[in-house]
Amino acid sequence: MKTLNAGVPATAGSTGPNGVERTDRTDRIVGLVQRQGALAVLVTVTLVALAVFPDFRSLDNAGTILVAAAPPMLIALGMTFVILTGGIDLSVGSLYVLGGVLAAWASQYGFVYALLVPLAVCGGIGLFNGLLIAYTRMAPFIVTLAALLGARGVMRAISDEGSTTYVVESDAFGTLGTGSLLGIGNQVWLAALLVLIGMVVLARTGFGQSVFALGGSEDAAGLMGVAVRRTKIGVYVLSGLLAGLAGAVNAAKLGSGVTVLGAGMELDAIAAVVIGGTLLTGGAGSIGGTVAGVLLLGVIQNMINQVGDLNSNWQQVISGTFLAVVVVAQTVLNRLRRVH
Amino acid sequence: MALLEVVDVSKTFPGVKALDGVSFTLQPGEVHALVGENGAGKSTLIKVLTGVYQPDRGEIHYQGQPRSFAAPMDAQRAGISTIYQEVNLIPLMSVAQNLFLGREPRNAVGMIDRGRMEREAREILAEYGVTADVRRRLGTLPLGAQQMVALARAVMIDARVVIMDEPTSSLEPREVQTLFSVIRRLHGQGIGIVYVSHRMDELYEICESVTILRDGRLVHTGRLADLERIELVSLMLGREMSEVRRQGFTEFGGDHETPEGAGPVLRVDGLTSRTKLHDVTFDVRPGEVVGLGGLLGAGRSETIKAIGGAYPLDGGTVEVDGVSLKRPTTERAVKAGIAVQPEDRKAEGIVAGLSVRDNIALAVLSKTSRFGIVSDARIDEIVQRYMSRLRIKASGPDQRVGDLSGGNQQKVLLARLLATGPKVLLLDEPTRGIDVGAKAEVQSLIEELAAEGLGVVLVSSDAEELVEGSDRVVVLRDGAVVGHLTGDRVTTEDLMASIAAAAPESPA
Amino acid sequence: MTTTTIKTRPTDLSRVRTWLPEYGVYLAIALLIAYNIVFTPYFLTVSNLRIQLIQVAPIVIVALGMALVIGTEGIDLSVGSVMALAAALIPLYLGYGVVAAILASLVAGLAVGLINGLLVARVGLQPIVATLALFVGGRGLAVVVSDGKLKDIRNPGMLYLGSGDLFGLPVLVWIAAALVLVVAFVVRRTVFGRRLLAVGGNRPAAELAGLPVKRVLITVYVTCAVLASIAGLLSVARIQSSDASAVGLLIELSAITAVVVGGTPLTGGKVKVVGTVAGAILMQLVIATMIKHDLGPSTAEMAQAVIILVAVYVARERTTR
Repeated sequence: MKTLNAGVPATAGSTGPNGVERTDRTDRIVGLVQRQGALAVLVTVTLVALAVFPDFRSLDNAGTILVAAAPPMLIALGMTFVILTGGIDLSVGSLYVLGGVLAAWASQYGFVYALLVPLAVCGGIGLFNGLLIAYTRMAPFIVTLAALLGARGVMRAISDEGSTTYVVESDAFGTLGTGSLLGIGNQVWLAALLVLIGMVVLARTGFGQSVFALGGSEDAAGLMGVAVRRTKIGVYVLSGLLAGLAGAVNAAKLGSGVTVLGAGMELDAIAAVVIGGTLLTGGAGSIGGTVAGVLLLGVIQNMINQVGDLNSNWQQVISGTFLAVVVVAQTVLNRLRRVH
Repeated sequence: MALLEVVDVSKTFPGVKALDGVSFTLQPGEVHALVGENGAGKSTLIKVLTGVYQPDRGEIHYQGQPRSFAAPMDAQRAGISTIYQEVNLIPLMSVAQNLFLGREPRNAVGMIDRGRMEREAREILAEYGVTADVRRRLGTLPLGAQQMVALARAVMIDARVVIMDEPTSSLEPREVQTLFSVIRRLHGQGIGIVYVSHRMDELYEICESVTILRDGRLVHTGRLADLERIELVSLMLGREMSEVRRQGFTEFGGDHETPEGAGPVLRVDGLTSRTKLHDVTFDVRPGEVVGLGGLLGAGRSETIKAIGGAYPLDGGTVEVDGVSLKRPTTERAVKAGIAVQPEDRKAEGIVAGLSVRDNIALAVLSKTSRFGIVSDARIDEIVQRYMSRLRIKASGPDQRVGDLSGGNQQKVLLARLLATGPKVLLLDEPTRGIDVGAKAEVQSLIEELAAEGLGVVLVSSDAEELVEGSDRVVVLRDGAVVGHLTGDRVTTEDLMASIAAAAPESPA
Repeated sequence: MTTTTIKTRPTDLSRVRTWLPEYGVYLAIALLIAYNIVFTPYFLTVSNLRIQLIQVAPIVIVALGMALVIGTEGIDLSVGSVMALAAALIPLYLGYGVVAAILASLVAGLAVGLINGLLVARVGLQPIVATLALFVGGRGLAVVVSDGKLKDIRNPGMLYLGSGDLFGLPVLVWIAAALVLVVAFVVRRTVFGRRLLAVGGNRPAAELAGLPVKRVLITVYVTCAVLASIAGLLSVARIQSSDASAVGLLIELSAITAVVVGGTPLTGGKVKVVGTVAGAILMQLVIATMIKHDLGPSTAEMAQAVIILVAVYVARERTTR
């Protein structure tokens, strides 16, 4: 029989009329902070930047921020799905670099290959991650950490230990990174389009609901008929695909596949997702928040660049600090909510 | 034709026969109570019905056909739904999402139609008395409302059979009434309901028939109205076995001597914790065994844990030898001389991966060390002493505790408690899940310890054990003290009468 | 207590399953050494063995701390960042002497460990989440502190730590060996070590037994970070320069690999100190063997990825009984 002494009491909650009201209000505030916190900070920081840095105010600069934010946005989009299921994908930084090298290499065979090869390989590695995580129940961080290393190995192997830099040879493919439409860079359009699709998938499809359910409670989700394994595999494939695409887009912009490691891309993505209000433990969050998180980090990076003599590594420090504050705040707020 | 029929089902786990030739029949539109104490086999039976376990022997007939369910989803698809004690939904998702997960209404292009989903959710839940905003996160609703959502979901997916496992354990009286009106409606629709609960009042209010399990066997099935409360309780607790047991089954003697004029070694005053404990007050004198009586969920384990500093309290005090434990934590409780043997030995008691020696020495490491370095000589001395005193059968002090038998694991745990030199021993089901020999040994050990002047609090679902082992019994129901049995009244009859007595009014 | 022989009668397969994760690493090392003696020229030379030992020393030191953390069912992703921080502080304080510089880097480790420990024990975050913040921000901070520049170290004291000899063995190796002994002693012989195993083995039980669970957890994370900072400063001493952006990059992966390959399960309750050292040596040997046979770092990385997956997979079989 189920024992009642589960250590922690069930969240009984005071159910008197006052109790409910208070729970309600706390919950609304907590929810609001979680959903819109990143946006509020983004707006504030942007306003400060507008006031302080004259160079920030130009349209050009806005374009620069958006273009620079496009690849991280794609990675963070995939990461949002993964984290929503309660997982984590540490391999995306490596996949990003690998995707770039593969795209540049494959561009000699034309536009289609330049896009398909990185997607296939990075999606394949994502599939491998997903299969291992879903079927062996090994911890996601271990599996994807190994994939980080493996993907780096693959990248170095195809670039002769990093000594060969492939140049993008397809003009059509190059346009993906350098061209623009209505004055806005192509990659920004691409990222925006995929973000929109991602939002629809998350909110309006069975897969999206499964992602939330899995992160909320894997056991309950299983009992409620959610295809647990398929959903897990799905999110890691998605994450791999988007990381590969981000690499390809970046290669198109730079005109070559850069073998210098995008060390920390995975960390930036995780930071952006968490700052955007998605719970690292899964089950709650939004792509809108992730967009705000990515843009916030982008704006901060831009501001750091504006201050000429400031070390650009402040970015990481700020990301880490934000991350810690957000995670601690989420935990404390949740506990607060449970007390009532 | 019976809706669901279980014929002669057995299920054995390593060392335990959880179900032994149990049969059970559910008619359409019937509310059938399934009762029994811990370990009686209720949850195993439920798990067999819902496809979590496969029976070793016996058959399940569903709607007249022999069926076997390979997984919970199979049973669910066939129309057998289960409402668990802890709500098994996704707290972080909205009420409407939870209700429709996996079967969301779609619009013309195949996307989830949120508007329709929320509208339908509102309509459906209104029938269950849930008026909350369906866009709210489920976890923010009171538990009663969450339970209703779970029920609504179960019925929505064309359930023919709904199994409710202690559905009211965390509900308010008002919510219980709403639940009952829903059950009556389901009953009207011909849905069969298996209702598991320990609350007598509820059983008699809502159930027509009853099946009683004990020690994995069927002991009674029939109309509930034909069974008096006291009969029901005695069947559950195995009263008629008392004669057998008297012939040397429990090792307990009788009353214990308490030193004249000695003050209580443990005073518990007004323990209160949300919905689980209400003003629990009692005391224990040195050399005395005080039993905590009551059915499952009455608050016995919570009381024990609260005294040991392992359960959050909203109020009340715990005093050991007249010294009050301020804000009890487990560390302070152990230092003050309180030793707790938790009910779930594996989850909270032993450290299965460590050796017998390490387990016994765990709580006295600082006493057996100098400058933070442990003295093996001193530890070995303690370990030897308790291994021989408790007759722990292991290949040696280095054997992994996880490889020992249940009885020896329990003895290792008791040895750890005793090594701390406690003043009060709190024992939660000390003889559960251990073999007969070890049981007798543990019982005589409790006897000895009391004789040595320890204060003992004993929780046992075995009525005989409780009554024979205790000098006094404090009876709990719904987290409140409802009776004291002392002197000649410490008998199984009085205990059962006290448990079965209808509450004048459900405690608020 | 770390090598309790378990009496198992059942089938050969299950014996292999318990045996493999615990002792497989020694078998693999033996096989690799045998292979190298036969096929690799100059493998058994003093200079080669010295190089291998010097290279493996920092990983061993970090892995020791990681083993303790994993023993409590935790994980510490921030060790690489701690190494970077320690490295960045060395040149700043070297002006006040070697001791000051070493103290500064140790204090940095202490601070990071305290933050991690408090987040895990007090706030109640999952270890991976708690250490993520410093994983993300720590290295950035280190680079900011060092102004993003590579700084050469010329202090003779530091250089002695990195390349000096004592009784025929590098000082670095002596330090690592001493730390291995200390950690082994702590795990086997101290109150703290036994409490740590109990907390990792069954936290609710440890709590009910009245153990100071939170204090144990905080101490473990502090120890891990301090060990990482020692590894950081030794790396600086060895390379004779401080480069915060490169020191200890991906060391968390190597450390976790060493721990897991060495037979310490990720599920806690057990710490294999000798196994961890063996795990680190095995990974070092794999990489060295590949380099000796003209297989680039790419192959070594892929091999490492495969080894860690296999090790975790094999260990997993045992824990899900």
